Amino acid sequence: MSADPNSNGRAPADPGAPATPTPTGPATPTPTGPTPAASAERAAPSPAHAAPPERAVPGSGEKHRHVLVAIVLNRPGVLNRVASLMRARNFNIESLAVSHTDQPDVSRMTITLYGDDVAVEQAAKQLYRLIDVLKVQDVTNEPTVEHELALVKVRATDRTRSEVIKIVELYRGRIVDLSADHVIAEAVGTESEIDAFVALLRSFGIKELVRTGAVVMSRGSASIEEAIKR
Amino acid sequence: MTKTTETTTTAGSAAGRAGPSTDGRSERATDGRSERATDGRSERAAEAAGQARRSHVPGDGTAHAAAVERARREMLSEARPRRRTRIGADVVCEALIRQGVDVLFGYPGGVILPIYDVLGEYPELRHVLVRHEQGAAHAADGYARATGRVGVCMGTSGPGATNLVTGIATALLDSVPMVAITGNVPAALIGKDAFQEIDITGITLPMTKHNYLVRNADDLPRVFAEAFHIARTGRPGPVHIDITKDALQQETSAPHPSEEEVIAGLPGFRPTFDGHPRQLRLAAAEIARARRPVILAGHGILIANASAELVEFAEKTQIPVAHTLLGVGAIDERHPLSYGYMGMHGWKHVNRAIQSADLLIALGMRFDDRVTGNVRTYAPHARIIHVDIDPSEIGKNVAVEVPIVGDVKRVLRALIPLVEPVDPAARAEYFAELAEWRRESESASWHGSGAWRDGYLSADYVVSRIGELTNHEAIYVADVGQHQMWLARYTGFREPNSHLSSGGLGTMGFSVPAAMGAALGRPDKEVWAVCGDGGFQMTMQELATLVQDHIPVKIGIMDNKKLGMIRQWQEIVYAGNYHSANLLGPNYLKLAEAYGIPAFKASKPEEVDPAIRAAQAVDGPALVWFEIAETQNVYPMMPAGKGLSDLIERWNEPEE
Repeated sequence: MSADPNSNGRAPADPGAPATPTPTGPATPTPTGPTPAASAERAAPSPAHAAPPERAVPGSGEKHRHVLVAIVLNRPGVLNRVASLMRARNFNIESLAVSHTDQPDVSRMTITLYGDDVAVEQAAKQLYRLIDVLKVQDVTNEPTVEHELALVKVRATDRTRSEVIKIVELYRGRIVDLSADHVIAEAVGTESEIDAFVALLRSFGIKELVRTGAVVMSRGSASIEEAIKR
Repeated sequence: MTKTTETTTTAGSAAGRAGPSTDGRSERATDGRSERATDGRSERAAEAAGQARRSHVPGDGTAHAAAVERARREMLSEARPRRRTRIGADVVCEALIRQGVDVLFGYPGGVILPIYDVLGEYPELRHVLVRHEQGAAHAADGYARATGRVGVCMGTSGPGATNLVTGIATALLDSVPMVAITGNVPAALIGKDAFQEIDITGITLPMTKHNYLVRNADDLPRVFAEAFHIARTGRPGPVHIDITKDALQQETSAPHPSEEEVIAGLPGFRPTFDGHPRQLRLAAAEIARARRPVILAGHGILIANASAELVEFAEKTQIPVAHTLLGVGAIDERHPLSYGYMGMHGWKHVNRAIQSADLLIALGMRFDDRVTGNVRTYAPHARIIHVDIDPSEIGKNVAVEVPIVGDVKRVLRALIPLVEPVDPAARAEYFAELAEWRRESESASWHGSGAWRDGYLSADYVVSRIGELTNHEAIYVADVGQHQMWLARYTGFREPNSHLSSGGLGTMGFSVPAAMGAALGRPDKEVWAVCGDGGFQMTMQELATLVQDHIPVKIGIMDNKKLGMIRQWQEIVYAGNYHSANLLGPNYLKLAEAYGIPAFKASKPEEVDPAIRAAQAVDGPALVWFEIAETQNVYPMMPAGKGLSDLIERWNEPEE
């Protein structure tokens, strides 16, 4: 805050001015307090704008992709609770991967979603309210390994098969099933790598595509599970 | 163990009467009350009232109440002699008693009958048979709001459970501690579309703090202990427990867990109670700098029982206190620093103070859209300190400069030593201006409307008379609509928890059943349900419950023969298109008479006081029918989407 908030909105007593109960117009966000005479008098903190800037609405910032990791108790319905909450709070889950952890009663969810920082923080806080949620962490800006797995059933005739296999090998993928006119290619990588992989195979004719959604892990010795609240 | 302590009994139904005895409940249950003598002071009625009140622990916090609680706990640690094995339904009753439940509101049905089969063996639990499950949920809600304890309601599977839903949602939006119990079909039938089967845990999932489906009686002790712990700890809220019929009937020897075991079993539930010291220092620095600070007191003050801390803090820092709808009663309205009710239908001077403030200190409130209006123009000059126990409320609706997560009582206790005492003289100019705004806004309020001079009854006059004649000491339960706003504005509140209102969900039909719960929770208080003719007709079936259980609720119906708030919006926002705003109602005197409830009518200003006094003189429920002006509006009003500076104060369209 560059301006001194104390001098702004200060309405000096002006006994000369009649009390004006007329509400200010909707377009002027000035306080109703000062009479016109009073506003002219008051020391504006910054002459460039007498009216204060509009208050930001949380969640109205620039949207980008976030990755949240939620450590949850493996209780019946926990996936439903998380999904229902995200729906009810108007967050759109981009992908969701759930699996066990090394602790038998604890599961781990990796959720990717789009939103501005405030909105995603709000999503994390809302998740925290669930009794079965032990920990939520936004790992978007942390050093992590992020991978997802894709299986692509792609058309591969005698004529195109070698080309398909070459592309798959370039992406360090592998062929996991082979039939007369189709192959199933498996690839592991970040979301954008898989996107590129799929895009390359598309020209051959994709019959079926499945992706697991991203899973992430912190790099180095840091562990997301380490400090779970128990 | 017959030890009845008779204490004071004064005229009026809500005389304080305290007694620790727990006997005689089973007689009461069979004691038909429908033919109650109409003079209202017969021995039998008085005795029934005594029995009704004896089941509670009045005077919360007194040594006597503590002794009762202690005796109850000791009693429960002993095994109850039974001539049969212990089944799941017994566990439910034991758990309720262990949690200090004395009243529960319910309605039986097929799959929950195992509980009703054993309930008679637990005379500590008073079951109030409502007329509709929604009434049970609202009654549990009203009980919880009036006492701060966990309210309990119960219904069967299917329709019984879905009827509870509105009441559970009401409790969630207003952070009311509640445990809702439903039965479900036997575990083997779940998912088979059995008779009265519905996926009720799926329905209540987004509208409870937590919910359970219990299929095994051995889980019941843990689930109940967890449910009560969750419902009342941190930010309170409703918890729903759905129990299959076979779980209620299974034998079990599972022990009840201790509170420590419960906490250890809930690793994902660790609310933060103490504010972070660094944030507290930041807050103190903001307060020291502020020249035009305003405190915004919310429901959290009442929930945390922090009224005394609020007043101490406000007095030390000399900061005026505005309150939200659910924060009514956080500070005595006569206190010089109490500035009034904010928001959409709040006082203009309060909203004006907020709009010109340089610092808002929000204590246990959540910047609801009815409080802020358009967020972009809300309090444009203010920096904000926001204290809430729920971290997700901070930064949800408005961005704040100093977030403090914690219990507002503990935060205030820690903050008070950090702030410098302020000399009132230092704020003389500010206070003079606030006082001037207040004079101006109050003179333009409905008190100045003059409707009463033309012989019309104006609602603000009625509620202010109710407040006056009850000495401002009753519990006033609002319904939803225009009268809710008039009640909040003009009654004059002095104490915490004296005003109960469905603020978040805005549930019409709330007042009568909630007042029922409040009256059972606070037998030392007179309880008034103030409702509109619309809301009253939504849950008026509970009149029979009031009679059968002799619950001394006074009902004041503000009858304008309209859905008044709907009509107001149609007049102002929808160009006078009054579709479905007119509401036919019954003759409320005859209606009350049919239920055996004494009823009184007031259509002119001079009839108001006698009618209120007559209702107060009735020992038991009574109804007053106020025929108020039909087209009176609530002003000021903030149109939806507009800001706090855009209040409409009068509307000049010709009346219909």
